[in-house]
Amino acid sequence: MKFINEFRDAELGKSLIARIRQRSTKPARLMEFCGSHTVSIAKHGLRQLLPPTITMLSGPGCPVCVTASADLDKAIALAKLPGVIITTFGDMIKVPASRSSLQQVKAEGGDVRIVYSTLDALKIAQSNSSKSVIFIGVGFETTAPTVAASVLQAAQQGIDNYYVLSLHKLCPPVVKALLDSGEVKIDGIVCPGHVSVIIGSHPYEFIPRDYGIACVISGFEPLDILQCVDMLVAQIESGQPRVEIAYRRGVKPEGNKIALELMDKVFEVCDGNWRGIGVVPGSGLRLRKEYQRYDAEHNFEIRLGEPIEPKGCICGDVLRAVKTPLDCKLFRKVCNPEHPVGPCMVSSEGTCAAYFQYGEGYGR
Amino acid sequence: MCLAIPAKVKSIDGVEAEVEVGGVSRKASIMLTPEARVGDYVLLHTGYAINVIDEEEAQETLKIFQEIAEAEDRDSPTKFT
Amino acid sequence: MEDKILLAHGSGGKLSHDLVKQNFVPLFDNTFLNKLDDSAVFELKGRLAFTTDSYVVNPIFFPGGDIGKLAVCGTVNDLSMSGAVPKYLSIALIIEEGLLLSDLKRIMGSIKKAAQEAGVKIVTGDTKVVNKGSADKLFINSAGVGVIPSSVDISGSNARVGDKVILSGSIGDHGIAVISQREGLQFSSSVKSDCAPLNKLVAEMLDSGVEIRCLRDPTRGGLASTLNEFAESSKVGIRIEEETLPVHEGVQAACELLGFDPLYVANEGKLVAVVAAKGAEKVVEAMRLNKYGKEAAIIGEVVSEHPGRVILKTRMGASRIVDMLVGEQLPRIC
Repeated sequence: MKFINEFRDAELGKSLIARIRQRSTKPARLMEFCGSHTVSIAKHGLRQLLPPTITMLSGPGCPVCVTASADLDKAIALAKLPGVIITTFGDMIKVPASRSSLQQVKAEGGDVRIVYSTLDALKIAQSNSSKSVIFIGVGFETTAPTVAASVLQAAQQGIDNYYVLSLHKLCPPVVKALLDSGEVKIDGIVCPGHVSVIIGSHPYEFIPRDYGIACVISGFEPLDILQCVDMLVAQIESGQPRVEIAYRRGVKPEGNKIALELMDKVFEVCDGNWRGIGVVPGSGLRLRKEYQRYDAEHNFEIRLGEPIEPKGCICGDVLRAVKTPLDCKLFRKVCNPEHPVGPCMVSSEGTCAAYFQYGEGYGR
Repeated sequence: MCLAIPAKVKSIDGVEAEVEVGGVSRKASIMLTPEARVGDYVLLHTGYAINVIDEEEAQETLKIFQEIAEAEDRDSPTKFT
Repeated sequence: MEDKILLAHGSGGKLSHDLVKQNFVPLFDNTFLNKLDDSAVFELKGRLAFTTDSYVVNPIFFPGGDIGKLAVCGTVNDLSMSGAVPKYLSIALIIEEGLLLSDLKRIMGSIKKAAQEAGVKIVTGDTKVVNKGSADKLFINSAGVGVIPSSVDISGSNARVGDKVILSGSIGDHGIAVISQREGLQFSSSVKSDCAPLNKLVAEMLDSGVEIRCLRDPTRGGLASTLNEFAESSKVGIRIEEETLPVHEGVQAACELLGFDPLYVANEGKLVAVVAAKGAEKVVEAMRLNKYGKEAAIIGEVVSEHPGRVILKTRMGASRIVDMLVGEQLPRIC
């Protein structure tokens, strides 16, 4: 497959690794923000191949993992309403909320359907005009514009039984919150490649400027990640942190202007509730007043109980890169993909799931 | 984050495109990338093209990797030319 | 208005009787079934293998096959994996009221074709019809019996250190073919299910004279789960190389699209074998002569380290664990 296979070339990978090993003399703690990066690193065994000077930490970049129980409870309450079809991305259905999960609601008779795209959800709305089709909008800036596009399409095509529950979140504000908390010492960030396709590179400029931390925007294939690490090492070794784009075939400094415009047309910034982190101001998205008719929160009455977070679960610490899954008492012993306790294990891109699936730390 | 894979645009009809990757075809929306043309490669994320891949940059990047590989070959003490 | 299956077709009365007598019996046409007795009566000598499986695949028609073909191949393969020569199968249908008669006939046609190819007879069956909503169009149970040649001793716990691991061909085709048809995930692709009867392939492998220690078809849970089962049962470690795994481009693409790993995707026409090292090449050669083993390859070996664990050497040169599939692969976005 073009633009995938070439970036998995083993020989080129070996040279990049050799170069990193040669150039890395200072300890470098690098955070891979994005869940897809965590999985790619684990899948290709990249952690093992990097020199001991480099520590890779996983951050809160899994939008499924950081959906707060309180927010997921809303989705579950909506799923239980009569005449409602819930459409959701696959990753969400097993995530445990306070008392249930979408999968459980499905097993109890709720109409919960996995879709690959909001386009599929719109089709379901069109073929089920007597029902209300609610799309659970999860994802960062990569996904939010696609959901915005679906709302505009619904408006254009007169699909009036389509709704969105917006649980979308924004990346740069949470990075700032993490860095401000001072909990984790990071020397560099592997910036999320596809979020950056949308937002460009400028939103990260505060990171080297205000915190002296190196930033390189990375693609997801093994060679992309190795190139990114190589560039981060170069910045760290030279003591000159800045924002660089390694993923040049995907990211332009100004991002995707049209996507940003569509996102801004439909959504406005609000506070975001991040599981394990708490409320981060200006890190969430909600539908604007003009599009309220598509906003699930405004059109359905639901009663919520007190949100409950699972006991003993240190997902919050893992998400903030303060601890790794290996530090969690529940990891593997109690908490595993079949019986997950917290979201980091449920989501296939959760740090704990990646560690579990690919045996990170096995033997240690 | 977010799974997005490079797919080739086979045909366009308004805001809808037919894209293909490795023999798998899907309908995709180009609402976010109206500049896409048939023959372009786009990054496909949840059924939408989120950008048009810059093929020149892709080749540049691969070239950089090649140069690194050649440099490593030259500098590697165990190689004999 | 197309003919549909009604509740009465399963009630044992005239409609039932006619359905079986007019459609099923002539289709399979063998001395056992033609008698329409309550049981098929036959003699078999030797060690017998007996298996049963239920088939609930959705959708019932998919590229490369249907639930009928699956019902025969799945059971034939289960018998073959013990080294048995499959002989007789039963087919029990649970039909959801309203299924089109034409669909049912098509599926029965697939069952006949698959049985013919495998050289097995459908000797007994059952038909039940349930209310709309009580079954998803059609469920099939098939049981099978076969005879194991006396020289054969195959078991998941027989693997020894030094043995080689052989895969009969590409992985992931069936799972991807099926999922490509599901609502909400629809994409068109050239990927076809690999559903096939493997008994002849197994017979040829056994004929090669090489010691076959373990055999299994990596269905649900994929190759990864099967290898883990071997590692656990035999208390050995298994090492495989990513470079050697045959994955067709369409499967790779669909997996990339949906966020799946081909190692965990179901196969219905493939087998994994653990064989004595010195005969491994010979077995692979024999397999490649069979149409279902054309892409057979040695993908790894059995080691003494990390007993119970399967380790994959990635393309990039690192090693990582391949665990069993826990739960279900869900299409992911992020």
